[in-house]
Amino acid sequence: MSDAPLLDVRGLGISFLIGGGSVQATQDVSFSVQPGERVGIVGESGCGKTITGLSLLGLLPRATTRVAGQAMFEGENLVGLPLSRMRHVRGRKISMIFQEPMSALDPVFTIGQQIGETILTHFKVDKKQARERAIEALASVGIPSPARVHDSYPHQLSGGMRQRAMIAIALVCEPKLLIADEPTTALDVTIQAQIIDLLMELSAKQGTALLFITHDLGVIAETCTRMITMYAGQVVEDAPVDSALVRPRHPYTSGLLRSLPRLSARGAVLPSIAGRVPTLRDMPTGCRFAERCAHRQKACAAPQVIEQAGAHSVRCWRQTDLVLPGALTDREAAA
Amino acid sequence: MSAPIVSVQDLRIHFPTQDRRETVKAVDGVSFDVLPGETFGIIGESGSGKSTLGRAVVCLLKPTAGQVKLGGIDPYSLPSAELRRRRRAFQIIFQDPNAALNPRMSVLDSIREPLDIIGEGSRADRSRIAQEMLERVGLRPEFGLRYPHELSGGQKQRINIARVLTVRPSVIVCDEVVAALDVSIRADILNLFAELQREFGLTYLFITHDLGVVSHVSSRIAVMYLGKFMELGPAEEIAERPLHPYTQALLSAEPIPLPSSMRATRRIILQGEIPSPTNPPSGCRFRTRCPFAQAVCASEMPAWREAAPGRFVACHFAGEVTGHPIDAHKTKEAIA
Repeated sequence: MSDAPLLDVRGLGISFLIGGGSVQATQDVSFSVQPGERVGIVGESGCGKTITGLSLLGLLPRATTRVAGQAMFEGENLVGLPLSRMRHVRGRKISMIFQEPMSALDPVFTIGQQIGETILTHFKVDKKQARERAIEALASVGIPSPARVHDSYPHQLSGGMRQRAMIAIALVCEPKLLIADEPTTALDVTIQAQIIDLLMELSAKQGTALLFITHDLGVIAETCTRMITMYAGQVVEDAPVDSALVRPRHPYTSGLLRSLPRLSARGAVLPSIAGRVPTLRDMPTGCRFAERCAHRQKACAAPQVIEQAGAHSVRCWRQTDLVLPGALTDREAAA
Repeated sequence: MSAPIVSVQDLRIHFPTQDRRETVKAVDGVSFDVLPGETFGIIGESGSGKSTLGRAVVCLLKPTAGQVKLGGIDPYSLPSAELRRRRRAFQIIFQDPNAALNPRMSVLDSIREPLDIIGEGSRADRSRIAQEMLERVGLRPEFGLRYPHELSGGQKQRINIARVLTVRPSVIVCDEVVAALDVSIRADILNLFAELQREFGLTYLFITHDLGVVSHVSSRIAVMYLGKFMELGPAEEIAERPLHPYTQALLSAEPIPLPSSMRATRRIILQGEIPSPTNPPSGCRFRTRCPFAQAVCASEMPAWREAAPGRFVACHFAGEVTGHPIDAHKTKEAIA
């Protein structure tokens, strides 16, 4: 795509102030999202993917968080954006949906009141028009009998219906970007398939770009065109999804893909990534993955920079000499 | 063939609703045998009754009707002291490693607790066994002095495994034991389960919603929906040639990390959600979401039949329907 990115994140670093000191949770996170593009962020718990999403909407506690770097969205830097300006972005330009719809929805308000709140904040409409629009939004996310659901409370809906309601709230103002943080993780696989289809359809129809945060590589493969791998607070790989799956260039991405059961013979020992993510307090100065990496060499003790080669950016100095296996079985790779 | 170590016959577990006017039929007529040393996988969505079934197997729930035989004996026919003595051989591990550990007990105390309850040997002996199991599941000895909040999810799950191993069970029901874990940790824990099975000759009943996991670990798989089994058979046959439309839909719904050019062309997307177990659909329970449903599916409950040696299925059209909905014309011929 030739036009300017919708979102351009440069050098985003998030630190939390903890008792007198501070810990750096993410460092030098840079990526961009084009209008209408669907980008996935993968990584294991604690790698910084969720707080990266939250920081874009200023949802981290201001008193105890310091955010460095910038995140340009439609000519505005979202980092440090005054609350009064941020209110015009949240829900209207950028929306976010979360893993657990039960805790993201307010249990004491009806679904309709919660959608209406968003509509009344951003548009000059009266309550009756807001209601009509809310019911329309519920119908557009495939909720049967939307008028009834409009007047229901969250506890009266199933998990799948709640997630649909949350998507309706997020998309009612037709935002330019939807940040979806593990939106299908709590759902059953058949319901997950329905929600993924719905997100893809709505994103295509409204031209909404998707930033899909998940640990599920299968979900990324099915929804996204680009995949960003995060490890210990850094972006380690950023590549078109198909090329990252077939030939990942960072040993961590490769390790994640290889640990999936489908690649191993039934009952065989599954490859795993030995060791644990270093803690925030003693993050190595060199490559953060080195301690767990089978390919480490002396030079890995030096800080790694993310380098671009074509459409593929990797934070590993050995990216050109390593040939790493991806998500294909040997038979699939040979074919 | 050796005698089954767990034998479930027409098991039904019903719960009254809060107002006592209706009955939730969580498990509604399930029969199967588990052979010593095998891993029997049970897969299903939430609300299918798979956890209830798992609890019934370890006598945490009493059957409403039907029977669970453990080692050939109906545990409820035994005097309570005898039941207590025998049930140690049948253990369960739960999904949430946090909820299963007492936050105020040290790791070693938690691991020793089952032995304390059984009251076997001296306290020093029990501590020694607990320490051995702690190390056997891959944790360093000093972990024994820590408390659950100091541990990661994977480490907590290792401790839950160590706890049940102390009493030397023969059968372990694993209820979504890796669902809460990250991908790379999940691989480690699954490897540990496999090692322990070889070392201690364990039999597993592996309950999960994750197809990748269940087909990797199991020798046989049962597919459960709304309190009943839809299909049962050897793992690779179920994964490669599913006979029941529900199994086909489950398999096709699983997102697979493959480039778009290599993925199966068409996904079967089931409409709607799993119906309420208080009032399951007439005939075949899956018919309300089945892309192939015909009139007969509403009027007649499909029999649980052996479609091929070792492969059981409950569907009027099992094997005739594949991946794509059949057109009405063809179906009429099939019925005639």
